[in-house]
Amino acid sequence: MLDLFPIVVLLPLLGFLHNGLLKDRIPHRFAGAIGTLAVFIPFLITLGAFNEFNPMERTAPHLVPVFDWIVIGDFKSSFGYQIDQLSLYMTLIITGIGSLIHLYSMGYMKGNKGYNRFFAYLNLFIFCMLNLVLSDNLVLTFLGWEGVGLASYLLIGFDYDKSSAAEAGMKAFILNRIGDVGFILGTGFLFWLGGSLQYLTLQTNLSELSGFANYANLIALFFFIAAMGKSAQIPLYVWLPDAMAGPTPVSALIHAATMVTAGVFLIVRLNFVFFLAPDTSFFIACIGALTALFAATIGLLQNDIKKILAYSTVSQLGFMFLAMGSMSYVAGLFHLMTHAFFKALLFLGAGSVIHALHHEQNIKHMGKLFGKIKITSLTFLLGTFAIAGFFPFSGFFSKDLILEKTYTYGAFGSILWTVGVVAAFFTSFYMFRLVFVVFFGKDNIDSHHKVHESPWTMTLPLVVLAVGAVLSGFFLTPHFFLHIDTLERYFAPVLERGTVLANQMGTFTKHTELTHQVEISLAAFSVAIASIGLLLAYLIYQRKQSPILEEHTGFRKILFHKYYIDELYDVLIVKPYVFLSKGIAFTFDVKILDRFFLGIGGSFGLIANGLRRLQSGFIGDYALYVVLGTFCILVYLLTRGV
Amino acid sequence: MNPVINGIPVHYLLGLAGILFSIGVLGVLIRRNIVIIFMSVELILNSVNLVFVTFSKALSHINGETIVFFVMAIAAAEAAVGLALVIAIFRHKKSTNVDELQSMKW
Repeated sequence: MLDLFPIVVLLPLLGFLHNGLLKDRIPHRFAGAIGTLAVFIPFLITLGAFNEFNPMERTAPHLVPVFDWIVIGDFKSSFGYQIDQLSLYMTLIITGIGSLIHLYSMGYMKGNKGYNRFFAYLNLFIFCMLNLVLSDNLVLTFLGWEGVGLASYLLIGFDYDKSSAAEAGMKAFILNRIGDVGFILGTGFLFWLGGSLQYLTLQTNLSELSGFANYANLIALFFFIAAMGKSAQIPLYVWLPDAMAGPTPVSALIHAATMVTAGVFLIVRLNFVFFLAPDTSFFIACIGALTALFAATIGLLQNDIKKILAYSTVSQLGFMFLAMGSMSYVAGLFHLMTHAFFKALLFLGAGSVIHALHHEQNIKHMGKLFGKIKITSLTFLLGTFAIAGFFPFSGFFSKDLILEKTYTYGAFGSILWTVGVVAAFFTSFYMFRLVFVVFFGKDNIDSHHKVHESPWTMTLPLVVLAVGAVLSGFFLTPHFFLHIDTLERYFAPVLERGTVLANQMGTFTKHTELTHQVEISLAAFSVAIASIGLLLAYLIYQRKQSPILEEHTGFRKILFHKYYIDELYDVLIVKPYVFLSKGIAFTFDVKILDRFFLGIGGSFGLIANGLRRLQSGFIGDYALYVVLGTFCILVYLLTRGV
Repeated sequence: MNPVINGIPVHYLLGLAGILFSIGVLGVLIRRNIVIIFMSVELILNSVNLVFVTFSKALSHINGETIVFFVMAIAAAEAAVGLALVIAIFRHKKSTNVDELQSMKW
């Protein structure tokens, strides 16, 4: 199976080409099936490869060179895939959750005129994402990195005749480009220092380079800037909530489960740099914690069901970066997986609700749906328990591990931990607000809507994801409960080199071991926090059905308007930029540059026009020129004195 | 150089050649009748021939006279072809006025 691995990447590409080129010449059903199989078969192959690779035993990665791509002097970049614990982990998530979402899309997109185009884009996305995670060098990773950005842009702007969707697509694209500058700079620095772009070669080269630790912080910062864009961290997060203009399966696949976690993946892939960058790591932890809190507070008062989930995604990504910053990469990856399960579930659940209510997205026009759409509401509830961090759902284990690792991280650990806990509290609150308003509470549905459960293609993925959301936490449990450390042992080979390097350079951050007592109290505390969130939401939205938080005055108004960040960016960056651009375009360009170059052209025109008169066509005139010319030459020769 | 040929100073002859040449050029430039222009060209050629002969005699050198025979031969050929063209153009245009002959203009 390992030798078959390039097929994993190839199939989505073929699916993309097939559906993209044939577009409307094949029936929808067929296109959907092709698109889904193009992801599902790779999933099966990956499972086989996973088995054959034997990740718990094997330490060295398996390299699959495909072909040389760019060879210029010393510089070499090839299409080559590196199969190791990390890339297998990501590939399983991408193809596994990806195929569920493809299946779901077959039901969700039914009747949409862009059905085949949608599946082509989805396959393109999967192809790029797989290149991103499987690549054995930075250039191919960057190709995938940009590719998923493109696919995301295409899918956000899927309903391109709606200007809001088209604009959201552009916003996502541009904000990501800003971050990508960091990626390019970081790549350049790594090549300059390490003389290669292949991860394995870089790893060895850099460990022999004595002064590398001096640059590590800078390079790590560059790559983190790239991650900021892709993974929607402050200050580049504003595109993600807008990205909800895309169809719901896209929100689930790209903007919750896979692409946005590329930043986390990149940091782990480059852990041999990040381990040596304690300052940048602290910065990452701060940004992560801030993002987690900030986005969670915005999520409190939104009314669009998908927007709430979008802010929750930003917030959860903040948690992952908090883990990255506290150098507990396993915790971050763990949360990446559990989040992929429960957030994909929540988004698909939301899509199912939207589907049931005929494209109603405002939660104020929902209510009392519980029981009317049984599978959706049950699975949604399970997802909510998972994200809120209730024991023993998956979110509890991963979020708690992050908080625990943060707690033991350096001098400011407890401050970051506090921020994280508050964010977790808000998470629990707004998620249950959503649940109570949508599934319980008062029935605010327009009466002409006939509520109906979604077809099996949509509910089956919900059920599978719900199982994942409930059980995936058991890959890594705390010491006091079962003490499973599968994931920790699983990732050890990937992180080994970086740890050794960091130990040599003396930048290794050791997480102090907690006593069972402290560990239990930390865990109990987070469950208590989540329960308080649940209770508060229950009291406000179910018991009293109080509008207390829905009046938008004072601070609540600021929250409702998302801290006016978009407006702030608009005033600080967009408006001045447009002003400057207009100034340059209509003043400098038109009045100065254009006149200059048009003047050059015009003057030649004038000269030509004058010379044209010389060509009269009369023999006499030509003879005259001959005579005059001869005369001039004579005069010249005579005055020079031959 | 012997400035006198059979009692005539060389510069007289050169002056005559110059006058003939100028009349020829003037004829080419200002006349509109193509036949007259043709004759003017002959005049130019003859003036040049005169210069050749004069110098040939003055320098006692045969080369000049040889070239004169060349010029005469070529002038004869040119006249033959040229007049043929003139006749062809006249048949076509019913005119010998060069101002009306500008169909070669771009």
